[in-house]
Amino acid sequence: MSLAHNHPAYLAHHFSDMEQQKASAKLGMWIFLLTEILLFGGLFCAYAVFRSWNPQMFLNAHKHLNVILGTVNTAVLISSSLTMALAIRSLQVDKKRPAIIFLLLTLAFAATFLVIKYFEYAHKIHLGQLPGKFYTYTGIEGTNPHIFFSIYFAMTGLHGLHILVGMIVISWVLVNTVKDKYSSEYYTPVENAGLYWHLVDLIWIYLFPLLYLIG
Amino acid sequence: MSQERTHTDHILPNKTYLLVAAALLVFTAITVRVSFIDLGGYNAIAAIAIATFKALLVSFFFMHLLYDKKIYLFVFSIGLLFVGVFIALTMFDTLRRADIYDVTAEPIQKDAVIYQENPADSTRADERSGQH
Amino acid sequence: MSEDQASFLNYPRGIKSWLFTLDHKRIGLMYLIAIMFFFFVGGVLAMLIRLELFSPGKTIMEAHTYNQMFTLHGAIMIFLFIIPVIPAALGNFVLPLMLGAKDVAFPRLNLLSFYIYIFGALFALYSIITGAVDTGWTFYTPYSTESTTSVISMTFGVFILGFSSILTGLNFIVTIHKLRAPGLTWFNQPLFIWGLYATAIIQVLATPVLSITLVLLILEKAFGIGIFDPAMGGDPVLYQHFFWFYSHPAVYIMILPGMGIISETITVFSRKKIFGYKAIAFSSLAIAFVSFLVWGHHMFTSGQSEIAAMIFSFLTFLVGIPSGIKIFNWLATLYRGQISFEAPMLYTLSFLFLFTIGGLTGIFLGTLALDVHLHDTYFVVAHFHYVMMGGTVMAFLAGLHYWWPKIFGRLYNETLAKIAALFIFVGFNATFFVQFILGSRGMPRRYYNYLDQFQPLHAFSSVGSWIMAVGFLIMGFYLISSLFNGKRAGKNPWGALGLEWTISSPPPHDNFAVTPQVSHGPYDYDKIAVERD
Repeated sequence: MSLAHNHPAYLAHHFSDMEQQKASAKLGMWIFLLTEILLFGGLFCAYAVFRSWNPQMFLNAHKHLNVILGTVNTAVLISSSLTMALAIRSLQVDKKRPAIIFLLLTLAFAATFLVIKYFEYAHKIHLGQLPGKFYTYTGIEGTNPHIFFSIYFAMTGLHGLHILVGMIVISWVLVNTVKDKYSSEYYTPVENAGLYWHLVDLIWIYLFPLLYLIG
Repeated sequence: MSQERTHTDHILPNKTYLLVAAALLVFTAITVRVSFIDLGGYNAIAAIAIATFKALLVSFFFMHLLYDKKIYLFVFSIGLLFVGVFIALTMFDTLRRADIYDVTAEPIQKDAVIYQENPADSTRADERSGQH
Repeated sequence: MSEDQASFLNYPRGIKSWLFTLDHKRIGLMYLIAIMFFFFVGGVLAMLIRLELFSPGKTIMEAHTYNQMFTLHGAIMIFLFIIPVIPAALGNFVLPLMLGAKDVAFPRLNLLSFYIYIFGALFALYSIITGAVDTGWTFYTPYSTESTTSVISMTFGVFILGFSSILTGLNFIVTIHKLRAPGLTWFNQPLFIWGLYATAIIQVLATPVLSITLVLLILEKAFGIGIFDPAMGGDPVLYQHFFWFYSHPAVYIMILPGMGIISETITVFSRKKIFGYKAIAFSSLAIAFVSFLVWGHHMFTSGQSEIAAMIFSFLTFLVGIPSGIKIFNWLATLYRGQISFEAPMLYTLSFLFLFTIGGLTGIFLGTLALDVHLHDTYFVVAHFHYVMMGGTVMAFLAGLHYWWPKIFGRLYNETLAKIAALFIFVGFNATFFVQFILGSRGMPRRYYNYLDQFQPLHAFSSVGSWIMAVGFLIMGFYLISSLFNGKRAGKNPWGALGLEWTISSPPPHDNFAVTPQVSHGPYDYDKIAVERD
């Protein structure tokens, strides 16, 4: 191996330099985000089809979602995106302590989001505003209101799952940051975790008006 | 290996991130406010437009699309394009089903709890024909 | 001998070094073995189906068993064999070699994708044991949500397999972009790479939609969410949109890498530069793009709107353009070449015949008015097998025979290989050509029983399947025996250009001792004299 000299530990053997490795990781991450967009795209398609078939029902049903909680959750996710971006910036300028604090804040915001979502879900389960054949609520006029809740739970459920996975990933990069594995020379995992986290935020940015703010 | 970092990473100032986050919060407030004003058919368009603007802020600044290699922007756009193709071509079917032949069918009543409990509900076909 | 000891096959040693290997060559080989196992299982199911159809009424099995058999044949052949076979097995092995790279971009993801494949396959096998699915491989609602067979475990298995496919696609795109040897530009890379690239794009764009479709189907079945259930205001045709948004591009996941192989073999065995390099390369991308616009041609008679059917029919004809460009370029490559008829070339020529028939009958089916008559008949079955088996499988066999000496460092028995190719070609046409006739006369697909008047043709088709089976048995025999007593292959037994033929067979653990410099095109047979070695 001619490259054995002065070879950083985090550079894999099949790459010739850090630049190549970093660009590969980032391109790979973006292609992964592309698959996430298409995954949610399916649900957006179902949403569009059923909303176009039942506009009045969607209007009536969406009033049973809590706009205040939805708005708070939007603000929480935006804040978490901000702290994630700042955590990466801190690593770029080799400031480890602020990076750790920002990552912890991101985790805290993510947990807040899930707690609020839990209260929303609990309320809906209590009222019987549930998907499909479990729907027992009677206070919504229009055709097939259970479809709205099927779509609501599918979309927010899948999104919530992504939040959960994001928390695991962020915890992992947090541990590695504490262990001094990252620096301004090498922080690709944190950067990619950040990209993922911003995409989860970005999807919520669409889910929020489509579900809570129909008009 | 001295040429390990041939291009410098784009380090944005803290201020940029804070301003973007502030803009995102402001537009969240705007979109909530707008949803309570009746704009006729334009509420949905307004909501999507504001969401798209917010999405651009997140992707351009937080995700660095504006500064990074353009191929990432290309990959991202491809995703949006194909979601668009998926929705558009599907809705060519779902919105245009009764164009030539009258295919408005009665819903199948069979063991659907929904229909047994809300017999007064109008059928989907009714609601659709009301749109035209 | 020292060369042999350093090959990837026996360095490092030990079972653990295989199970945890990050070497793309070993992962490709493990894929090949697993996929060939499922090809065998799917093939046995096909033989049983043909045997049952030998005569009307019950021949060897009950109707319900028959339904399960054709579902499993379809699901196994598509999700476990034909989608991964060329990219994950051959592509994994050859792609980094062609690029002059040491490995794919993400070796760990590569291994992960293999184990995800195995895990998904185990789920599929589990569903067979617990009452095999009888819905057909398309899992159409509402029947799939009502069937009492193990739809959930089967669809969950397919859901998992999707991740394997996505990871392979992601890995290949990044590898092709980032791990190119110096001098290897986009337009002097082998066309197989273009084929894999176009395939990978479809894999990452379409497979996520399959994932969400299957999630919704499982939710529908488990929790009755009603999105696809007409009894609850849902729409079963919407399921078909979801399903075919993936599954139509998926048939191009199957054929595009095969077309890549054909571009390789056709030049090597006619000792001639490829005709229309850029046209072939861009037509791969064009097929990938258009593949996303035509899914509705599977739903002409399912109750979608007439305007959608017309749009989809029109767009479907567009696929014929890039496919035709490829066929004509290959023919022009053959023209005045020094053609030699070794086994890979026999499969390549089979591909050209059979894929052309398959492609042209596809245009019949894409024609709206004609499809009303032909849909859901054996005409569709014959068309599909001509494209998939006559196209992809023939291309795969061409590739397998072409790279076999490179993978294992052994030559197979060429005479037996030619005999097997003949059996397979004759048997294939005997099996499937009559199905065009059956279909055009109204024999519906998937039916257990049929009218007496169809019996002679069905019997002919079944006999054809036996001829084909003999061909595959011969192939299995000479390929396996070549591993033990085949002649040792040199670096370049076909006298081919291309980086994979510049290193020893089987390749050493690290592929290239020195990163190669590329200074010529992949098919410059007119400029460079390559000796067989």
